[in-house]
Amino acid sequence: MKPAPFRYVAAYSLDHALALKAEHGDEARFLAGGQSLLAAMNFRLAQPAFLIDINPLRDLDYVRRGGSVVRIGALTRYRTLQRDPVVANHQALLAEALPHVAHPQIRNRGTLAGNLAHADPASELPAVVLAVGGKLCARSVKGERWIAVKDFFTGPLSTALDAEEMLAEIELPDLPARTGVCFLEVARRRGDYAMIGVAATLTVDAGGTCVAARLTYCNAGGTPVSASAAAKALVGRRISEKAIGEAAAAAMREIEPPGNVHASSDFQRHLAGVLTRRALAKAHTRAMSAA
Amino acid sequence: MSDERHRVATTVNGTRHQRDVDGRLLLSDFLRHVLGLTGTRVGCEHGVCGACTIQYDGLPVRSCLMLAVQADGHEIATVEGLAGKDGTLHPLQQALRDTHGLQCGFCTAGILMTMTAFLAEHPKPTEPDIREALSGNLCRCTGYQHIVEAVTLAASRMGGRR
Ligand SMILES: Cc1cc2nc3c(=O)[nH]c(=O)nc-3n(C[C@H](O)[C@H](O)[C@H](O)COP(=O)(O)OP(=O)(O)OC[C@H]3O[C@@H](n4cnc5c(N)ncnc54)[C@H](O)[C@@H]3O)c2cc1C
Ligand code: FES
Ligand code: FES
Repeated sequence: MKPAPFRYVAAYSLDHALALKAEHGDEARFLAGGQSLLAAMNFRLAQPAFLIDINPLRDLDYVRRGGSVVRIGALTRYRTLQRDPVVANHQALLAEALPHVAHPQIRNRGTLAGNLAHADPASELPAVVLAVGGKLCARSVKGERWIAVKDFFTGPLSTALDAEEMLAEIELPDLPARTGVCFLEVARRRGDYAMIGVAATLTVDAGGTCVAARLTYCNAGGTPVSASAAAKALVGRRISEKAIGEAAAAAMREIEPPGNVHASSDFQRHLAGVLTRRALAKAHTRAMSAA
Repeated sequence: MSDERHRVATTVNGTRHQRDVDGRLLLSDFLRHVLGLTGTRVGCEHGVCGACTIQYDGLPVRSCLMLAVQADGHEIATVEGLAGKDGTLHPLQQALRDTHGLQCGFCTAGILMTMTAFLAEHPKPTEPDIREALSGNLCRCTGYQHIVEAVTLAASRMGGRR
């Protein structure tokens, strides 16, 4: 099918884009990679009256190192992130998840900001940003505000951004020394959304005792889901096969995946247990070799 | 609203084109219906099948997930531009022909625009790399085996050249 009629404006500056958004509010959408928006418009699942194309705003396409964080712009595409040494060196979890997102052609256009603003709970990247504890900069004509990732996703396809705001920057903090990470998923076909996916981070002290852990999941609910009790129970323990097995069992009990046509809720939960065990083991090995 | 027209000046396969289009015209439909370049196929129109893959400033993208207006000031390459002016096929086109890498041909243009860019970036690809690169292009006829063979053959015939 074809998109319903709309007004199209190519933004010539960030201020121009924000002014248009302030003027048109919910009627207007930013067009970033278009890899979710145009697909939805072709099927008339979305019929925005106004499109503000931000693709001309090349200065929003960046990866920057600042202090102990990585800053990613509103127009930074997956392709760029996959090839950027700053991401490879400082955001290994993101780097490991990106190849699971769609196909090369989609990754040549799609952006991290567009992905997060779209807020598909099945997507890998909201779970990754939740696991590393990212911060999101919302900008409008009125100024900017920072939103912690745990407050950003408010439901399926909905976020804390208001109608005038753009997701202007994503800030991802470095994880502590002796941290290992791992992203794993199971999908029906390469490039499909996962039946379930897990992002794990595990920090150990010099003696090998866990001092921090996070477990987050994609496609396990209306937003990216965190199994925080299961992760917290690892803290203070020496990481062993037993500790990992218990954490995986606790995570299976903690999350409530809704089930879908590709996988029942029980099957999703089973996969979550298997993947959590593997991801924690891998993260542990990596944490120890980072020591 | 729909009669608001936008000027598009773009280069397709090295030829300049200038047209006025509706904002909602998809790039795939611009190529096929406005420029008459029907080598680019349209299958699903939601980014899944890969039949509409073209190169936008040298990178493979879904032309069904871009607007024609977004081609303004950019370079497009389609399957029509792959063969030489004298009709000499691109090494990958020749290899697909030699290995039976196509049957109905519906997926072929998209596969060519994906894999010629891939070969330029990976002159000596491994088979897993080839399969990964092909993962965004569906083929309901061949079972992919002969397409993988064709890409391997083209890579060796190109001898690491880009
Ligand atoms: C075949 C196919 C397979 C896919 N598979 C996967 C997959 O496995 N995993 C996955 O995660 N994704 C997948 N995707 C979706 C893809 O990752 C999208 O690119 C991404 O979800 C949206 O990013 P975008 O830049 O394309 O945003 P767009 O499609 O341009 O925009 C998406 C939404 O976000 C809004 N928006 C965009 N940028 C901003 C901003 N800066 N501030 C505020 N709002 C903004 C838009 O207005 C729109 O509502 C797939 C897509 C396709 C077509
Ligand atoms: S028609 Fe564009 S991907 Fe199927
Ligand atoms: S040859 Fe028929 S779809 Fe590929």
